[in-house]
Amino acid sequence: MIVRILGEGQLQVDDSAAEELNDLDARLEAAVERDDEAGFRSALDALLSRIRSIGRPVPPDALAPSELIIPQEGATMAEVHKLMTDEGLIPG
Amino acid sequence: MVALMGVMRRVSLIFKSKANKALDRMEDPRETLDYSYQTQLELLQKVRRGVADVATSRKRLELQMNQMQQQSDKLDRQARDALSAGREDLARDALSRKAQAQSQLNDLGGQYTSLQAEEEKLTGASQRLQAKVDAFRTRKETIKATYTAAEAQTRINEAFTGISEEMSDVGLAIQRAEDKTEQMKARAGAIDELMASGALDDMVSGPRDDIQAELDRMGASHGVEQELERLKGELEQSAPRQIEPGTGVTDGQPAHVTHPVDTKSADQPQAGEGT
Repeated sequence: MIVRILGEGQLQVDDSAAEELNDLDARLEAAVERDDEAGFRSALDALLSRIRSIGRPVPPDALAPSELIIPQEGATMAEVHKLMTDEGLIPG
Repeated sequence: MVALMGVMRRVSLIFKSKANKALDRMEDPRETLDYSYQTQLELLQKVRRGVADVATSRKRLELQMNQMQQQSDKLDRQARDALSAGREDLARDALSRKAQAQSQLNDLGGQYTSLQAEEEKLTGASQRLQAKVDAFRTRKETIKATYTAAEAQTRINEAFTGISEEMSDVGLAIQRAEDKTEQMKARAGAIDELMASGALDDMVSGPRDDIQAELDRMGASHGVEQELERLKGELEQSAPRQIEPGTGVTDGQPAHVTHPVDTKSADQPQAGEGT
């Protein structure tokens, strides 16, 4: 499956990693729901570093949409919250 | 149910739904392709402007860092001058101010690094978008050539959704970079004002008129001494210096330029070598 890291591009990740990524993502989501800044930071960093280590870059001229999209490194909790409700996207 | 979906899948769905809404607004698939391509080119221009803006901000910071470094060097010289004049108290103050300037310099250095990182990210985003826009253009022509409504629609949707995701990503990156350059501009403006006001000279020892003024006086009087020495030296060497152009006459220089000495031009070079 294709995973996009915002601001960095798309990575091809083996489907077998889905469960592991889901677990990490669940931690991230729970932290956002709890408004837990420290938990959010460590979950986002863990997810990013895991995806970077197992992902292979998708050629830049590929036009396939991503199955999963992860916020950029250093994103604030407010930014992630916006991305999760579509306020974060520029209309058009 | 939605709450358990995970951040990544949710964000992905948001991006896709944005693309789908745009697709729904368009009736003719070919119109979709051409319209989208235009939008892509516009975004490419925008991201390039963004890169240029960040670079401008970075250069301004560079300039300020140079000025701050000069300030620090100047304080260091003043400390030396004060010390050689036996004024350890003044030297101490100058060094304190130098430490302040250095701390400002460190701060500017940190901002510089962060702006540089932003510039790199945006440059990368611009390159990725360029590659995708090129791919889209090729795909667009192929789809148009093999156009049969229903089948084409599927391929259009895929290409459109893919590029739309990239465009949303780049759009967000541009926004982040803009926010950052705005912050930097505000801070850079504040530092320019700080330097222009001379407040950096006063950060440690208060009113400008006391110690800085004395340092300035010492700096000035030291400068006067140096100037005097230089002038004395020049006077001592003034005779040979005037002769030099005279010797040039023999090399074809116009005689009237150096006419006061050119009558002696045969003897004077030896006098010059003697001193």
